[in-house]
Amino acid sequence: MRGLYLVPANINLAFISKRKIFFVFSMLLVAASVFLFLSKGLNYGIDFKGGIMLEIRTEKAANISEMRDQLGSLGLGEVSLQEFGQPTDVLIRVQRQDGDEQAQQVAVAKVKETLGEKVEYRRTEFVGPKVSDELFTDGLTAVGLAILAILVYIWFRFEWQFGFGAIIALTHDVITTIGIFALFGFEFNLSTVAAVLTIAGYSINDTVVVFDRVRENLRKYKKMPMAEILNNSVNQTLSRTVITSVTTLLALLALYFLGGEVIRDFSFAMIWGVLIGTYSSICLGVPILLHLNIQRRGTLVGETIEDAPKAP
Amino acid sequence: MVYFSKAKIIAVLLVCLFGIAFSLPNFFKEETLEALPDWLPHKHVNLGLDLQGGSHLLLEVEVGAVIKEHLESMVDDVRTELRRARINYTGLGVGGDRTVHVTIRKPEEVEKASDLLRAVSTGGDSSVLPIGGMMSVSPPTEVSVNNNTIIIELTDREIADRRSAAIQQSVEIVRRRIDQTGTREPTIQRQGDERILVQLPGVKDPERIKRLLGETAKMSFHLTDSRLDEALRGRVPPGARVLPRVDSGQGFGQVLIKKRVMVSGEDLVDSQPSTDAQTGEPVVSFRFNSRGSKKFGAATAANVNQPFAIVLDGKVISDPVIREPILGGSGQISGNFTFQSATDLALLLRAGALPAPLLILEERSVGPGLGADSIAAGKIASIIGMVLVIAFMAIAYGRFGLMADVALVINMLLILGSLSALQATLTLPGIAGIVLTIGMAVDANVLIFERIREEVRLGRGPVSAIDAGYSRALTTIIDANVTTLIAALLLFVFGSGPIKGFAVTLGVGILTSMFTAIMMTRLLVVLWLRRTAPKELPL
Repeated sequence: MRGLYLVPANINLAFISKRKIFFVFSMLLVAASVFLFLSKGLNYGIDFKGGIMLEIRTEKAANISEMRDQLGSLGLGEVSLQEFGQPTDVLIRVQRQDGDEQAQQVAVAKVKETLGEKVEYRRTEFVGPKVSDELFTDGLTAVGLAILAILVYIWFRFEWQFGFGAIIALTHDVITTIGIFALFGFEFNLSTVAAVLTIAGYSINDTVVVFDRVRENLRKYKKMPMAEILNNSVNQTLSRTVITSVTTLLALLALYFLGGEVIRDFSFAMIWGVLIGTYSSICLGVPILLHLNIQRRGTLVGETIEDAPKAP
Repeated sequence: MVYFSKAKIIAVLLVCLFGIAFSLPNFFKEETLEALPDWLPHKHVNLGLDLQGGSHLLLEVEVGAVIKEHLESMVDDVRTELRRARINYTGLGVGGDRTVHVTIRKPEEVEKASDLLRAVSTGGDSSVLPIGGMMSVSPPTEVSVNNNTIIIELTDREIADRRSAAIQQSVEIVRRRIDQTGTREPTIQRQGDERILVQLPGVKDPERIKRLLGETAKMSFHLTDSRLDEALRGRVPPGARVLPRVDSGQGFGQVLIKKRVMVSGEDLVDSQPSTDAQTGEPVVSFRFNSRGSKKFGAATAANVNQPFAIVLDGKVISDPVIREPILGGSGQISGNFTFQSATDLALLLRAGALPAPLLILEERSVGPGLGADSIAAGKIASIIGMVLVIAFMAIAYGRFGLMADVALVINMLLILGSLSALQATLTLPGIAGIVLTIGMAVDANVLIFERIREEVRLGRGPVSAIDAGYSRALTTIIDANVTTLIAALLLFVFGSGPIKGFAVTLGVGILTSMFTAIMMTRLLVVLWLRRTAPKELPL
């Protein structure tokens, strides 16, 4: 049984010569994301904002508007209700109450009293102001440190130009992910931070694979123009890039459609991350190297072939 | 790269065997496993609260209240001492969060007073019990004199000791209260400086637990004072205090109690919910220890036909009239209880009072229904994800894809086995991490296979191409995986709860997938090479 060549073996697409288009496209994407983040803002979940979240299941299809009226009249400030996956399930969010943690507990009790004993309380989450501030700081620290640590590793393993290319691709992915969350108003919570970090890991993973090939080709073909080396490297690894993206996407799609309502936003973030991560390593991370004046010296041990075929 | 020694083959097989042995119990029910011999692994994966249902509560001990209470009792002591010594004073009170100050009217008495107070303040009080000799040997306060004002200040050491003791005691009381509710396998641990983390798997009524933890449950018995009307007009008699009644159905009210404690809740040895023999309403019956019995007996004997008050957390539960001396050391409290509230109060009294109020900072409760649904959804997503990836790999790489698929299945078993063996906690995001790993685990194989294809195109024979493919892809695989491992590590360090679970499965998944891709598939490929010695690779 033979495998199919899903990506033709001798593929040679012109990525590097079209880099200006990609650069402009990405800049627009980043600008739009920043604009959305600043104007619309993120829909922070209770992890970061504090507040109360309840997931309930009613016996028959829930009458959401009636519930909204009942809960709205409790004077707890902003109360939002939405159907969650199926008509009997409702997700209730109550804003963070003024006052200390005690006030939050009183609100939880009030909501439960109003809804009564008949509904099934599938999930009750409450995060007080102190903890939400800490979680926010910890989340930021984790993302910051992760990016830093990955950078240090890249810098250690490659020349600085590669590190620069990687960080551009990575930052681009993180910013546009935040942009997507702002655009669709998806809840931004602790799981999202985990997703963003994983996206960062995936994006770098993808970039590193192409960089490895660039480094190898630089040592092999000392006289080949830089643009050609970069373009060849992308094409030589294109099959791998595509196939790994597809397998990861297949698994994530299964998670998105079958994994349940609770992790749907999380799965979405990851799917987006795989797409944007794949794009950015090919179309941003590598082409940027062309503008960074990489020193071409050193020989890979045992590799002295100068006249090997250009693109196989 | 295409050479495998016997020892290496055995090592690879042993690792696989380990994975299978430790992961298998997860496919059987608890009862089936108990029948197995002891030497076989029979542990399930540890499910997080979000999967098995339960409550996670983060509590904070309001230690400030302990210090404040201590300062207030110091004020009482100072008052008593100065009165006994007939020294006139003014401006007695708590200043700031660590001092008590008093101004002596006659300058010539200042020295006498300060000596007296120095002696008083070195004696401890009983509001916080020192645990394990935590009390400092050095004096707990510093007494200084400024003009005619004496300032008594708690030392840093004393404050730290009291805080620490209060938190330890709180942990203990929380544990006792939760144990009393019959929750199985609770985790109660001190976290950070003044927090307590409580995890209650399978708890059905988190509201009740929160109610129980929300009460300080300080109980005391006091005599009452009949001059309530006067007190309500603003002239509270010395040594007395107006306290509100607990809403007893007939509206609120107030009671003037004597501050001196007749018997305190610390002297209770047992309390149980029961029903009153005459009225049939729920009551809480209690029993004192011998010291409490004596004090209670003496006080009731001396005050027959007077009312006394039972005070809980600053509110009067009931204030019955003493009909006859109560000498047996037991009695009952009736206070318009429901059966549930009588049960809860009895529980609180049995477990003892908290030294300071507890605040609930964070709660995450998941009902058993949602947990079971999440597990079911996670299983389906993993299986379907796996089937899709397996099919895709077979299409993309043919026979080699199938070998990668075998490695993928073994990889899943290894992840499950490692999690079971490490007794790591599997959470919902953890399941997501596993599904993600399914997709990413094949990456190493993809890298290798693509490389082999290239080498074949460059004109190498099968063995040489496979050899070159593995060795050239290796550095790339390591570089690519280390970066993801870094992300997983940081998630583990900074993440909380479920996110930690995600980091664990992602990290474990990366390690096992590197093993299966580099060792497992290579072994399969090499064995196949040896058997068939192909002229051309079906890749």
